[in-house]
Amino acid sequence: MNFDIAFGQYCEGASPLHKLDPRAKIIMSLLFIVDIFMAKSVWAFALLAAATAGLVITSRIPLKVILRGLRPVIIIMVFTAVINIFWYAGETLLVSFWVINIYLEGIYNAFLIVLRVILLLMGTCVILTYTTTPLALTDGLEQLLSPLAKLKVPVHEFSLMMTIALRFIPTLIEETNKIMNAQKARGADFSEGSLIKRAKALIPILVPLFASAFRRADELAVAMECRCYRGGEGRTRMNVLKASVSDVLWVLVLVLLGAAVIFINRNATGFAIGW
Amino acid sequence: MSKIVKAENICFAYEGETPEEKVEALKDVSFEIEEGSFVAILGRNGSGKSTLAKLLCMINAPDSGKLTVDGVEVTSEGASEEDIYRARRNVGMVFQNPDNQIVATIVEEDVAFGPENLGLPSEKIRHRVDEALETVGMTKYARHSAARLSGGQKQRIAIAGVIAMRRKCIIFDESTAMLDPLGRHEVMENIVKLNREEGITVIMITHYMNEASLADRVIVMEDGGIIMDGSPEEVFVRAEELWKAGLDVPQTTELMWRLRAEGLDVPLDAFEPEECAAAVRAALEKRGCL
Amino acid sequence: MNREFVPDSEKYIAQFRNVNFVYNKGVAYETVALENVDLDIERNCITGIIGATGSGKSTLVQMLNGLLKPMTGEVYIDGVNIHGKKVKMRDIRFKVGLVMQYPEYQLFDETVADDIAFGPKNMGITGDELALRVMKAADFSGLDKSLLSKSPFDLSGGQKRRAALAGVMAMDPALLVLDEPAAGLDPAGRRNILGRIREYQREKGTSVVIVSHSMEDMARYCDRLIVMEHGRVAMNDKTENVFANHERLRAAGLDVPEITKVAEELKKLGIDIGDDIYTVKYAAGVIAEKFLGKRF
Repeated sequence: MNFDIAFGQYCEGASPLHKLDPRAKIIMSLLFIVDIFMAKSVWAFALLAAATAGLVITSRIPLKVILRGLRPVIIIMVFTAVINIFWYAGETLLVSFWVINIYLEGIYNAFLIVLRVILLLMGTCVILTYTTTPLALTDGLEQLLSPLAKLKVPVHEFSLMMTIALRFIPTLIEETNKIMNAQKARGADFSEGSLIKRAKALIPILVPLFASAFRRADELAVAMECRCYRGGEGRTRMNVLKASVSDVLWVLVLVLLGAAVIFINRNATGFAIGW
Repeated sequence: MSKIVKAENICFAYEGETPEEKVEALKDVSFEIEEGSFVAILGRNGSGKSTLAKLLCMINAPDSGKLTVDGVEVTSEGASEEDIYRARRNVGMVFQNPDNQIVATIVEEDVAFGPENLGLPSEKIRHRVDEALETVGMTKYARHSAARLSGGQKQRIAIAGVIAMRRKCIIFDESTAMLDPLGRHEVMENIVKLNREEGITVIMITHYMNEASLADRVIVMEDGGIIMDGSPEEVFVRAEELWKAGLDVPQTTELMWRLRAEGLDVPLDAFEPEECAAAVRAALEKRGCL
Repeated sequence: MNREFVPDSEKYIAQFRNVNFVYNKGVAYETVALENVDLDIERNCITGIIGATGSGKSTLVQMLNGLLKPMTGEVYIDGVNIHGKKVKMRDIRFKVGLVMQYPEYQLFDETVADDIAFGPKNMGITGDELALRVMKAADFSGLDKSLLSKSPFDLSGGQKRRAALAGVMAMDPALLVLDEPAAGLDPAGRRNILGRIREYQREKGTSVVIVSHSMEDMARYCDRLIVMEHGRVAMNDKTENVFANHERLRAAGLDVPEITKVAEELKKLGIDIGDDIYTVKYAAGVIAEKFLGKRF
């Protein structure tokens, strides 16, 4: 396959994080995001970095895999860092030439912002995407949102839609490759010419791809009906999610982490992040 | 024996390019299928086979005539949603394209989809899923991603999904057409096993004559109607008519047919290579040619 | 040993020299698809490629028109090393027409005629020449002229298949490669499309490669057969010679046609009609000639 979809993909494993209830993990990642955005001081960041390291170790996912997941956002990180270094106006001037003034605080700030992005990605990936199958994830979401169903929000339909979308991603990628190869074999050229010409060159791929997606949707709908599907009502599940003590404890840990961050923010002296 | 399917003078037409224009797919078709039997349906593309399958699964209702599936009656008025649901609990279908009938990413989750729709308690679903995967020999792959399986394995998952609903009758709509010989063999083995060991009624639509020769009964369709109906022996003997209907006969039958044309008195219903060879030898011996 | 290889384009349309290919190199799922493959595909005939799933057939096919590049080794088409310097891949694609499995799923244009014209248009052909090619290709594939102005999405399954086949035939390739051209068709449809392909080959005198799992079809329509096994070429010979070697075929994980099995059984019963039995017509002829005293 030509497509790289390694970013944030599920990694098989049997770590304590893998075994947690997906609902707990969704709540945990939300808490983790809140924790990170509350952090202001260097010490709070140090604590969060330690927590993230702890999570990574618990997940037993090789560091190499996690770092590879960060690769797509490197450019964004470099960009934010550069902006902060050059445009942050602080007190301690380090370098000054032409119109550019670099302050010590700017460097600090850039460092903390990049750290924040890294921790955010590493933490949520380890808690959620790397250790939870897509299906468990949609299941968890459906159940967490189930109170909304009483308000006529189509929670079940939405979750089934997600499940089917996830199921068909590999199928459609394979299909795209096949169609591309077939049109290439007929002399189609996707890499040359102006933007308009290239956009036009996509028609021989997009038309068959859509036609096939509709055909698949049609057939799948019939197949689902034949398997007695008639909406979420009266449907049961094979795997019923059950929260255990450890789920509660893990969520609690993240709540405590947040409390610690708030405490440090209040009492810490020294430099605090400005953005 | 009781009849699981009873079709009385059913007709069905698709809408053509204009509303007035109708494409007749089934013309006054009547037949019955015994519970526990293994029926193969042969016919060219467009002969009405797949339309028939869709009617049997209650996806479409006949335009006229009466169709009874497991005691549920459907006429041109259709049937109530509850009735359709009741019939579908007992009659399942495995389709041609393995990719377009798998709903969930993980094998066992997909097998569980049907029983979940029936509203069974979770332990019961678990039990049925494990059992169904065992039956088709896919237990090892329960936690695997369905996308990585071969075509034959995907079809076995689809079969497991039907078995887990404990159906009395399964319709296979060209379920082996997209598979390689190994996959075809895997699936056919399972189909025969379901019929012989579990007593499930099998209705199998196919283009492969050697698959049809495994059935108890072969129905041949042409142009929206049934032109032949009988045991594989009775049907394949009529080689010329089959060729004319755009079909084929097993190579063994063709050989016998050609030898007959040469004046050798051989039976036409020896399908297995050993049987066929023995019959040829016996005929040659009888004529004193050896 | 290290002598420069000189391709023989008089005799062979395609030649592989020491070709290797591995999928997912360096990853856990690493699988060898082709191993030191040396292969010559003859001109002006229909060559069948057979082999169990995973034997390297599809890899081989995708290499014929450069969709895959060998990791080591060379592929020569019409005497040209297709991955050599100065060789434009598009020119190779025009020389080797590839019809993939279920080609009807690549139809996209407004009318069938436009769709068939897509390939030749990419080659820079226009005007009368283009129209002529479309007509001829439709003729070869057995597509009725009245269908040319229709939308490809309104055709029946079998018609779509023919339209897709015509789309490649219209490029007038020196080598036409087809992957399972008859998959999913009914027996009459199979016979029809394979018959059309043979007619096309006989009339044009081009070279055709067909990949298929159906031994019966291959026996009937191919002049030569290449048998692949675990990424290597197990046999490359005339069809009758390949089918005469039952043991070798079975060792490669392939089945022999039913009729060949009948001949084997007859031999066991003391009736020898030869090992090279692979079509029913021929078998019946041999029996009639040998035992009934008829001329064949």
